[in-house]
Amino acid sequence: MTSAMHHEAPIPGTYMFDGKAAMKGYALNKMCYSLNTAENRKEFLKDEDAYCTKYGLNEEQRKAIRDRNVLAMIHAGGCIYYLAKFSGMLGLTVQDVGAQQRGVSVEEFKKLLKEQGE
Amino acid sequence: MARIVGGLTTSHIPAIGNAVPKEKDLVNDPYWKDFFAAYPPARAWVQKVKPDVAIVIYNDHGLNFFLDKMPTFAVGAAFQYQHADEGWGIPTIPPFQGDPEFSWHIIESLVRDEFDIASCQEMYVDHGFTVPMSLFWPNYSYAGIKTIPVQINTVQHPLPSPARCFKLGQAIGRAIESYPKDLKVVVLGTGGLSHQLDGERAGMINKKFDMMCMEKIVNDPESLARLSIRDLVREAGAQGAEFILWLAMRGALSGKISVVHQAYHIAISNTATGVMVLENAA
Repeated sequence: MTSAMHHEAPIPGTYMFDGKAAMKGYALNKMCYSLNTAENRKEFLKDEDAYCTKYGLNEEQRKAIRDRNVLAMIHAGGCIYYLAKFSGMLGLTVQDVGAQQRGVSVEEFKKLLKEQGE
Repeated sequence: MARIVGGLTTSHIPAIGNAVPKEKDLVNDPYWKDFFAAYPPARAWVQKVKPDVAIVIYNDHGLNFFLDKMPTFAVGAAFQYQHADEGWGIPTIPPFQGDPEFSWHIIESLVRDEFDIASCQEMYVDHGFTVPMSLFWPNYSYAGIKTIPVQINTVQHPLPSPARCFKLGQAIGRAIESYPKDLKVVVLGTGGLSHQLDGERAGMINKKFDMMCMEKIVNDPESLARLSIRDLVREAGAQGAEFILWLAMRGALSGKISVVHQAYHIAISNTATGVMVLENAA
């Protein structure tokens, strides 16, 4: 699949969730979307491997979920809006998730946010 | 005839949804103080103007819409809109009253104007809608007004361009002004300003760009409408592209605009927050 977007220079550290990613990540995103309901969150937490099987995640996606690795989830087609339901269920804030992706501590991440306002 | 009294913009970060019920305790909290200080003047304007209807231009983040069916533009046509569990624990707030007759007028007018939107007789509204409503109408005092959700896709690229969103806003403005009932209408544009949640660049904020957007949206929105989605993502971050929602709001204001109030704050969660109250005189 090609689109005009792919012919433009990439924006470093930034992923465009486009049709290609949406097809690749469909099962992963669908699973995360299902976590909107308490019953499903309970089912996931009870046996996450079975839950991943139920939604048809591939090995790359299952590993990313197992490792709680957000960048790996994005590489596997994850969209941050749906992934947030997964990370939120685990009690992670957007700052925890941001720090993990940047490879810095949460304190460093918060400092960086603040500095950009100065 | 219905009249557009003005436009309101605000960020809609989920963390605010958790903070709003505790506002009384947080107004002196060092983290929240500057954020909440931005709202009393906006609320005073809302109370003075007393709009009958709020048209809320927002983006759904995976409550009502999923990738199985992803409309670019969707307009609510329900009697009531419910908030619901979004998965990560913000409190669910009381439902919002709709105005299906006005919704269908807008839908017919938009399609006649070549905006082929999706119409929704059932629609959950997420934090993109509920947080702004609970900020401008505190203590759920929105019960007395009617709402019409206008949802724009910011989840899956291609997103509609800034120019297209501005034109959609203009078409919404024409639709409102051709509605025969004597109603005062306020248009909300929610989301933004600069922020990025995903990727190695997560946490980027661009104060200079945000300032430029808040200045130009008043008297030179056309220059902002000439930006591309890619420009917005590069300058304002992956989720900073939500600025298209502000532009759609601005498109609806056709009269003489004056800035009643504005505020900017870095940061709540990962986001530079912005509030604007734009009055629209005929």
